[in-house]
Amino acid sequence: MLKPDSVLNDKRNQSLLNAIAGLEKIPAAGAVNIRSNGEVALRRSSPNVKLSSLPDKPGLLVDVKAGAKGETVYVPVVLTADGMHDKVYNTFLVNEDAEVLIVAGCGIHNTCSEQAQHDGIHEIIVKKGGKLRYVEKHYGEGKGDGRRVLNPTTVIRLEAGAAAELEMVQIKGVDDTIRDTVAYLGDKASLKITERLLTEGCQNAESIVNIYLEGKDSSAQVLSRSVAQDTSAQIFRAALIGKNTCMGHVECDAILMDQARIKSVPEIAAEDAGAVLTHEAAIGRIAGEQLIKLMTLGLTEQEAINAILEGFLK
Amino acid sequence: MLRLEDVSVRVTNGEGAENGGPREILHNINVEFERGRLYAITGPNGGGKTSLAKTIMGIYPNHTGRIIFDGEDISGMGVTERARRGIGYAFQQPPRFKGITIDSLLALAAPEADPSFLRAQLRGVGLCPEDYVDRDLGTGLSGGEVKRIEVAQLLLRNCPLAIFDEPEAGVDLWTIQQLITLILNSYHNNSERLAIIISHNEKILPICDEIIVIDEGQITGRGTAEEIWHLIRDEVECKAREHCRGGVVIC
Repeated sequence: MLKPDSVLNDKRNQSLLNAIAGLEKIPAAGAVNIRSNGEVALRRSSPNVKLSSLPDKPGLLVDVKAGAKGETVYVPVVLTADGMHDKVYNTFLVNEDAEVLIVAGCGIHNTCSEQAQHDGIHEIIVKKGGKLRYVEKHYGEGKGDGRRVLNPTTVIRLEAGAAAELEMVQIKGVDDTIRDTVAYLGDKASLKITERLLTEGCQNAESIVNIYLEGKDSSAQVLSRSVAQDTSAQIFRAALIGKNTCMGHVECDAILMDQARIKSVPEIAAEDAGAVLTHEAAIGRIAGEQLIKLMTLGLTEQEAINAILEGFLK
Repeated sequence: MLRLEDVSVRVTNGEGAENGGPREILHNINVEFERGRLYAITGPNGGGKTSLAKTIMGIYPNHTGRIIFDGEDISGMGVTERARRGIGYAFQQPPRFKGITIDSLLALAAPEADPSFLRAQLRGVGLCPEDYVDRDLGTGLSGGEVKRIEVAQLLLRNCPLAIFDEPEAGVDLWTIQQLITLILNSYHNNSERLAIIISHNEKILPICDEIIVIDEGQITGRGTAEEIWHLIRDEVECKAREHCRGGVVIC
């Protein structure tokens, strides 16, 4: 285990932790695990949340006690070493009727010409009646021309009556990302995934979401908002597969700028007559009228663009 | 305060253009507006009312003539510069914004204003702040709600020159009266300011100090309501009145 102080006093780490998890200092309460350059820098369990290493592979088990309420867990990852390739397996177990907020996220500071990469492989299990809110921010910085790559894979299992809300945000500095999310929902389980994504320069982002609505009266919602600037490219594929009486909606909205490209493929598949599934997708540039409207309030064109993008990605 | 001298406007694409070719939509407009007065611009649809407003705001550039605001030729200025000099325009069909909340748009309109004042202004246009401040200006709002927010943000800006483009369109009768009162409170008999209301509404026109009629891109009439009512009666009054005689069905 690394010495916590050497990691936490590093300016680059402070900036990354603030960007991805809003952490200016280590929170006084709640469970915390900070991973830095492939090693654990700080680990602290709380009375209701037990953090431990996985026995067979690099990674973390977050175990939230049944019935625990109002718990918060921070599990950010930072990469600052040149050419670092970190792969980690995390399992989040939210036991019966527990309610928890998990703040994850990964920040890369790359100053060299080699690629820095983090592959997070997550398994999220929410037991009967459990409630999870999971916030994951991805962020990259640093002057090196080595690419900053983040490839998260997430498998979510929601048992009967469980509810999960996932907020995934990638706003800046990640050059390549392939995000793969699969979810399986039991009876009356509900899942909401919100994605916010901005790509610029020659960045690439691909997001694949597959949600299997297996349980009776399960429901799922996927809301994606993205902005592609410069020559960046995005692909968004989201599929809802209704296998029972269920409800699902997938919505992707994108603003396209400069010479960027976006491909959006919402998919709905019903295998039960009781499945009600809908989708919506829209790609377009910022409307000239929107810019003019904000300029009549005294904003410059650039300020108007920023205000529109900021609102859209909020 | 505001003077248009021989102003002509030509559009080459988009709104008002014919098959992408250039077309003149305003011809040699000469008109002057003074502080402390409330003006109405009226006339048939497509006659050039909104084009004139957009020309004053700088959205359409004039290709001939000059626009003088407070002694300064603003013809070459863009929208932002004119807005910063105190010209404001409430759109006839305000655009919607996904993700921008009503309170954040009002804050963009009046960055210095106290949040409680923003809320009071919303209440003024008949929208309960509790229900609206956090709402998104996307597709979830009705046309009438969007119009009221548009009027609220122009009133908040306290512009020396405010142009309201059909503020009553899409708004229910009760609210029209309220909006008129708000505009009057801010601009009527206010020697520092000037407001122009584009309207066909028979409640609005008579309260304005002066009415300007625009048809086919030219000013065709100007005067008090009494002086020019005969010119505009057909436009303003309900065309079905002679059929229904203005009556209502009583059950």
